[in-house]
Amino acid sequence: MSITVKAAGAGVTYVDQRAPISSLLKANLRKIFPDHWSFMLGEIALYSFLILLLTGVYLTIWFKPSMTDVIYNGSFAPLDGIPMSEAYASALNISFDVRGGLLIRQIHHWAALFFMAAMMVHMFRIFFTGAFRKPRELNWVIGGSMILIGILEGFAGYSLPDDLLSGVGVRIVAGIVEGIPVIGTYLMFFIFGGQFPGSDFIPRLYTFHVLLVPGILLAMIGIHLVLVFYHKHTQYPGAGRTNTNVVGFPLFPVYTAKAGGFFFVVFGVTTLIAAFVTINPIWAYGPYVPDQVTAGSQPDWYIGFLDGALRAFPNWESVIWGHTISWNVFLPSAVMPGLLVTVLIIYPFIEAWVTGDKREHHLLDRPRNAPTRTAIGVMAISFYGVLVINGANDIIAQAFNVSFNQLTWFTRIGVFVIPPLMFIATRRFCLGLQRRDRDLLLHGRESGQILRLPHGEFIEIHTPISDEQKAVILSKIDVPVMALPVATDANGVATPKLRAKRRRARWSRAYFGDNVARPTAQELEEAAHHAHEAHAHEVHAHGAGELADAGKDH
Amino acid sequence: MSSDHGKTLSTAEHGDEPAFPLPAHRHRLTDTSPRAARRAERQVAGMFVLSALLIVAFIAAYVAIPTSTFVNLGVIGIVQLSNLILGATFGLSILLIGIGAIQWAKKLMSDEEVTDERHPLGSPQEDRDEALAAFQMGVTESGFVERKIVRRTLIGALALFPVPLIVLLKDMGPLPGDSLRNTIWRKGSRIVIDVTGQPVKPQDMGVGTLISASPEDLNTIQEEQGNQNERAKASIILVRMAPDEIRSQQSPKGATWDYQGILAFSKICTHVGCPIALYQKATHHLLCPCHQSTFDLADSGNVVFGPANRRMPQLPITVDSEGYLVAQGDFQEPVGPSFWERG
Ligand code: HEM
Ligand code: FES
Repeated sequence: MSITVKAAGAGVTYVDQRAPISSLLKANLRKIFPDHWSFMLGEIALYSFLILLLTGVYLTIWFKPSMTDVIYNGSFAPLDGIPMSEAYASALNISFDVRGGLLIRQIHHWAALFFMAAMMVHMFRIFFTGAFRKPRELNWVIGGSMILIGILEGFAGYSLPDDLLSGVGVRIVAGIVEGIPVIGTYLMFFIFGGQFPGSDFIPRLYTFHVLLVPGILLAMIGIHLVLVFYHKHTQYPGAGRTNTNVVGFPLFPVYTAKAGGFFFVVFGVTTLIAAFVTINPIWAYGPYVPDQVTAGSQPDWYIGFLDGALRAFPNWESVIWGHTISWNVFLPSAVMPGLLVTVLIIYPFIEAWVTGDKREHHLLDRPRNAPTRTAIGVMAISFYGVLVINGANDIIAQAFNVSFNQLTWFTRIGVFVIPPLMFIATRRFCLGLQRRDRDLLLHGRESGQILRLPHGEFIEIHTPISDEQKAVILSKIDVPVMALPVATDANGVATPKLRAKRRRARWSRAYFGDNVARPTAQELEEAAHHAHEAHAHEVHAHGAGELADAGKDH
Repeated sequence: MSSDHGKTLSTAEHGDEPAFPLPAHRHRLTDTSPRAARRAERQVAGMFVLSALLIVAFIAAYVAIPTSTFVNLGVIGIVQLSNLILGATFGLSILLIGIGAIQWAKKLMSDEEVTDERHPLGSPQEDRDEALAAFQMGVTESGFVERKIVRRTLIGALALFPVPLIVLLKDMGPLPGDSLRNTIWRKGSRIVIDVTGQPVKPQDMGVGTLISASPEDLNTIQEEQGNQNERAKASIILVRMAPDEIRSQQSPKGATWDYQGILAFSKICTHVGCPIALYQKATHHLLCPCHQSTFDLADSGNVVFGPANRRMPQLPITVDSEGYLVAQGDFQEPVGPSFWERG
């Protein structure tokens, strides 16, 4: 036994007699984790969160969440003598009078951007591979909620320094809250401690940003990870991989080294980017003053879709019985994102209802094998994408020399037309890939070589695909389409819940009706037999020297 | 394992037995050649050493570089030198630890894939039955079902328990009252230029000029209240047009709200409240930088484009005895974004 192991053993014994960790270690040290690049997306999100916690705590050392007016006399000369809030002054102080303070601010901000981006792309991966299916629905719900909470947290952090850019963002949010029917003004007065901007908002936001939300996120991330551990990670299909096993590397040492190392890679890359690319240079914007604004102001990217929706929405407002309802604000900024997130969060339950599937799924779907789901995903992303693009319409208008009017109409129409088109195109594309897969299985790969048979017929030589490829293609699950229920059975008894069953059968057809069936065992066998014969021909033909190149012959 | 569990995991028509076995493990160069392994070892160790050296460089930079120096990095832009060097040394140092560890795992640790079985999730049926039985026993022992009065009163008490917690939130802020309807503009309030605090005479403004302005007593009030609430509502813009360019105004019949072609409008966008100051002289259009609502100041400040629904409120102005521009009174409608009670 090496010294390391002896020392570790002594340590474990000490702890074990006070808290029985050996059983835990025994069960988990060699737990198997599958390996795939797309599994690193969630890791990036996790590590970015840890970096946010770490750098956030450093920022709290110097940041002063106060809206009290002070006169700046720190070392950034251009703002010397200017009145501003204490919050803004302290953020300037962090940037210019604390050595390395700017670096911490920059890492914090970049990590926030990566956190949101990684969560979102991670979610796409989960969606398109069907990793949200039973037993992982709860983790999908947690993940979807964390994206929403992350947006709020990011907005809160971004608003803390109280610079002109973020202050305008807060003003917009105040306007949005004010526009909520019935409770809007009360809500706004409660949030701001009175009228906008008041002097309570930044201190309140601070507690929200550094205590409340990080606490909630930490708890959610904890549950998320425990569940991942408990479920064991999903894996992609391939030779040797099934729904009931897990193939990969043990937690200790390989996964520990890779995942631990990857934390340092994420931290290192974030720090390097923070070193070279200045983000949110608050000193260039000046302090927030409610009657000033910077042109071309852009929110952080994850807010962009809301801004885009707000920009594109028609200017509807109604006054009913002396009450004003601002549809132009309420629908795009509260109802639309609310619906989007709700649909997102309940999607696994919708799909499970349509499939009627109660099995556990540990083997990931290939996106093509779930064409309707994949198409829904692409549709949702394109909807989101159109809004994000519209959020930058001022920049686009300038860069491409088009008018706001044209862009707005492009968005208003595009947001309804582009997603359905993307749905149709994606679905077709997936079905095409399914057909190709079936051909590959049954006939092998086209070798590009044409063969003339002795009796004059031309055939193209097909080479069988590898076992690995076969295993991947054969992972497809054929979900049976639910038959339309009959109104009365043979004995004339009416089918109970007929309408619900009909509805479900129709959904089932819409989801799975067009799927290309996996070849049956018999078809595969026949194909293998056929291939064998072709091979015999080939050998024969080679002898006759009649092999021609496909390109020349066609 | 109960049989019904086995099923949930394995009723898939296929995929339980691998149709094809795991491909045979292929050895890496570092598995077969001790020299390659030693080279990989040296590489990894080299990264860790470099990482440590960079920490020393970081400390040197921390001591030596002032935070006030900036350098121009061309396309990347201007960056603070201290930020650049501290970040570069620290970042690279961290990155090297990461790359070193991953390299170690990839080149030197076993890369043979291991297969583990999955077990059905969830507890076995016996456990579930026992849990239910234990719960049943607890329910019986507590008398939760039979003792209706206790149960109902408990539920009642628990339902009221959060009420104080909600009531306490009441003092988060005052109620809106009519504060959203009023600004500090009064009859005779002098209009002063925002940046300089100078009052304005009509002859100071040529046709086509735009000035951001506010009431004269704004700063005093702001100081008294300790916040910028009044500024957020009272800010205005002054524009001057040739009187024949003005197609319409918000003034009722018989009233004059402009002064010789000088018009005053709220500066707060009626969409969601951004301050506006982008003015196109030729068209008299005022463009909000936030969501591009556009208002025609020559035509009562009406909306000509964008998501805003309402025109920009006009402030009635005139001149006082000394010839300075003053307000005739407050705005005749609430400024800024719409709200439920606005009507
Ligand atoms: C998911 C988690 C978090 C996100 C997305 C996030 C995001 C942000 C962002 C975008 C900023 C603006 C940075 C800038 O000035 O450019 C910020 C500021 C700040 N954050 Fe966070 N943050 C998170 C967690 C935390 C935590 C856990 C703490 C403290 C314990 C913290 C403390 C602060 C402080 C004090 C500031 C203001 C200082 C400054 O901006 O200079 N943050 N945050
Ligand atoms: S705030 Fe002016 S257009 Fe939205």
